[in-house]
Amino acid sequence: MQFMLLFSRQGKLRLQKWYVPLSDKEKKKITRELVQTVLARKPKMCSFLEWRDLKVVYKRYASLYFCCAIENQDNELITLEIIHRYVELLDKYFGSVCELDIIFNFEKAYFILDEFLLGGEAQDTSKKNVLKAIEQADLLQENRPRQFFFLSAQLTTEKPL
Amino acid sequence: MCSCYYSSVWLHVNTGECNLASKHVPLQYLITLHWFETLFLCVFQRMPAPIRLRELIRTIRTARTQAEEREMIQKECAAIRSSFREEDNTYRCRNVAKLLYMHMLGYPAHFGQLECLKLIASQKFTDKRIGYLGAMLLLDERQDVHLLMTNCIKNDLNHSTQYVQGLALCTLGCMGSSEMCRDLAGEVEKLLKTSNSYLRKKAALCAVHVIRKVPELMEMFLPATKNLLSEKNHGVLHTSVVLLTEMCERSPDMLLHFRKLVPQLVRILKNLIMSGYSPEHDVSGISDPFLQVRILRLLRILGRSDDDSSEAMNDILAQVATNTETSKNVGNAILYETVLTIMDIKSESGLRVLAINILGRFLLNNDKNIRYVALTSLLKTVQTDHNAVQRHRSTIVDCLKDLDVSIKRRAMELSFALVNGNNIRGMMKELLYFLDSCDPEFKADCASGVFLAAEKYAPSKRWHIDTIMRVLTTAGSYVRDDSVPNLIQLITNSVEMHAYTVQRLYKALLDDISQQPLVQVSSWCIGEYGDLLVSGQCEEEEPIQVTEDEVLDVLEGLLVSNLSTPVTRGYSLTAIMKLSTRFSSVNRIKKVVSIYSSSIDVELQQRAVEYNALFKKYDHMRPALLERMPIMEKTASNGPTEIMQTNGETEPSVPDTKHLPLVTQPANQANDLLDLLGGNDVVPVIQTTLPTKPASAGGELLDLLGDLSLSGGLAPAPSVPVSQPPFLLDGLSSQPLFNDTSAAIPPMTAYSKNGLKIEFTFERANPNPNIAVITIHATNTTEADMTEFVFQAAVPKTFQLQLLSPSSNIVPALNQGSVTQVIRVLNPQKQQLRMRVKLTYTHKGSPVQDLAEVNNFPPQSWQ
Repeated sequence: MQFMLLFSRQGKLRLQKWYVPLSDKEKKKITRELVQTVLARKPKMCSFLEWRDLKVVYKRYASLYFCCAIENQDNELITLEIIHRYVELLDKYFGSVCELDIIFNFEKAYFILDEFLLGGEAQDTSKKNVLKAIEQADLLQENRPRQFFFLSAQLTTEKPL
Repeated sequence: MCSCYYSSVWLHVNTGECNLASKHVPLQYLITLHWFETLFLCVFQRMPAPIRLRELIRTIRTARTQAEEREMIQKECAAIRSSFREEDNTYRCRNVAKLLYMHMLGYPAHFGQLECLKLIASQKFTDKRIGYLGAMLLLDERQDVHLLMTNCIKNDLNHSTQYVQGLALCTLGCMGSSEMCRDLAGEVEKLLKTSNSYLRKKAALCAVHVIRKVPELMEMFLPATKNLLSEKNHGVLHTSVVLLTEMCERSPDMLLHFRKLVPQLVRILKNLIMSGYSPEHDVSGISDPFLQVRILRLLRILGRSDDDSSEAMNDILAQVATNTETSKNVGNAILYETVLTIMDIKSESGLRVLAINILGRFLLNNDKNIRYVALTSLLKTVQTDHNAVQRHRSTIVDCLKDLDVSIKRRAMELSFALVNGNNIRGMMKELLYFLDSCDPEFKADCASGVFLAAEKYAPSKRWHIDTIMRVLTTAGSYVRDDSVPNLIQLITNSVEMHAYTVQRLYKALLDDISQQPLVQVSSWCIGEYGDLLVSGQCEEEEPIQVTEDEVLDVLEGLLVSNLSTPVTRGYSLTAIMKLSTRFSSVNRIKKVVSIYSSSIDVELQQRAVEYNALFKKYDHMRPALLERMPIMEKTASNGPTEIMQTNGETEPSVPDTKHLPLVTQPANQANDLLDLLGGNDVVPVIQTTLPTKPASAGGELLDLLGDLSLSGGLAPAPSVPVSQPPFLLDGLSSQPLFNDTSAAIPPMTAYSKNGLKIEFTFERANPNPNIAVITIHATNTTEADMTEFVFQAAVPKTFQLQLLSPSSNIVPALNQGSVTQVIRVLNPQKQQLRMRVKLTYTHKGSPVQDLAEVNNFPPQSWQ
């Protein structure tokens, strides 16, 4: 996989993961073009399109488009499954995930993606393992120590971002 | 204020982010604490805490206009910048996170790059998490800044917490530059050998990235791959297969080395299929489809061009192909990969047929994605397994009617690949129907495809012409430019269909003059076959009644119409001119031509002027020049030849007027000529390629023509074959030079001197009885070869001459062989043929030159 983009039906970008080195300008250009192309597709069309020298696999889940660019030797149908697996992971983590969850917790969406894919390939094919790893990593998130003198260190709340 | 704190705390508790020791702490207590803290902070800190990420997101989303949003962002960026300046460790993480959000909205965030590095260097996991994310989003390998990460990553790769190690591996594997990869490859290799499967799987994919960036490092990972496949953990298995695939694809040596893994891979695959339900890896009833697909792909690479490996995987492929559930996408994904593998390795024919049949079934699937994938794969295999794919032809043709653009395109390409002599009629019907209704983006390709297919497999000339007509009338404006000369050539060669063709084209013109290629072909044909049109000679269908004036009306209409392009106007003007020899209304044509000699369009003006000149000064040549075109020879390249290009443009190029500008070249020879001839005109003799001395030949030749009173103007350098008067280009090799209907003409000896004898033999050129084809045979009775032999000839003004290439330029000694050369003479006025010949050769080391007149032509050769 060369990159993955998530965008809304109005064309707003919600997540972008690039597995190839490109300048910011190029990324913006590609994003703009691809978003336009995918949004112009009619519902009856198939999920694959040829774009430049790549294959693009996209699928719409509610108000979000999940769009992946793969190379010519990659299997389009299994890429659809990869997208679906990612959505399932998000769903399990957020509990009935919706676009708002991804907007407000975009960094978590990235963490989950990075636990599922590395360099564009799936690291683990077990949903359970990926979710467990995320859970454990979340637990490692630091607690902000309270600067009170007269309270025990027990009382802490996680410092929200 | 209190209530909002209350609610934010409540939220935290609910979403489980709160790590309170107990969730049962009374909330009022917390509120008080919060209040105290804020007070404390306000008093003792320099700045209020930067707003939280979620709050920022919420705020920005309330912006109603782009300008409002930009303002908010700018304000926040300023705050973040000052916070960065103050080296605030506590909130750096929060600020960078906000920056990443704003970056996603499209705003610049480069001032956060160094901050990401600081976060990565921090000891806190939260910091590292955001820091690495920021690095992946904001840094790229083009900037040197990214190299500062290397040391941090190195440390984190050896961290005690595996999740930190994971972060480092992930970052390196996503955006590591070649320098970073070089520095850290050793660490990655170490982790590839660890027993911790969480790290091992990540290290494998990281290694893939390292190899892609620095292929020379591939060797380094070889030892670590030894027992990768004996892992039980699916994550490690999957990533290992990816790593092995990458190595095999890049290095033939690796490929050879890993070929021995085929049995092991087959075993793993078998276990996946045969094993029962495994909840952890199950997807719609299939066990770990991701791993299955990757293994199949690796098998494809290993089995390619290797019989033994292909044999070893035969059974498992058949098993997967027959046992996989096809009701869901996931099963089809596996089948798809299987088919690709079967087609690529050296599989036995039964297996290949099985694969094609799977694709055939895919074509009938309701899911359009599956149909698309099937068409793509069939397109790849149609060359090698043509017959098998043919069986699915009707389904493929049905896909032409699909709604999806990509499917339609694939179906069209595949349909053209499947057309053959047997199915041409049926297929063409479908394809023409498709051409009628398809989107404009397809029309050009479809039209070209139809022409190609029609040319190869046309069952009859009539069908061919009809098909061309259909394409021109339905998709006439999308036809490629080079189709026009191709079509003209095709039409010319279908001699018996001329009347039918011109009639149909004429009728098409009456309907619609907007489609330029159609108009161009039509005007050309009317110009060429207009006489057939008015005389109503059509046999194929009911001949129409057309008068000369009506035809000229149509052609003149094209000249004035706004829809006609300049090229089209050129075609129609030339067509009108050609009709001057076919129609009787010459005066009308003369008028038209003279009007356009003052046209603003330079091309039209030039043509009109030349045609005018034809009428005025060279009227005697007009019939010959504007004669019916001979059948054109197609070159091996299957495209229009140079000759055809000029014919397509229908320039009855009048050598004299057209090439007057070229008289300057070669200049000195022209002067010589004029000196010799005292300013007389010379009929240019155009030769096809001479074996030696092409440039000077023209000049010397014209030397000969001294007292034969020849007309002026030099031929262009004779090595240019393009601009020859077309009528001399009678079909070169395919046309029989013998015309059995005319009486045989006796041969004659044209020259015999010093051991060199030249004989002339005659044929009549078919179909033009005014052309005499003379073949010279030069023989040598002396004991020495005559080398560098050049034969040149010149004829009087009323004739035109063409010399073709000689068979060789060495006349062997003692009659051991001969040099032959073909001369074609056009003699429209049937005058007595006279010729002057010049011979040059080298004999026994010394050059010999001789001139002679040939007057003893048999009367049959010119009567």
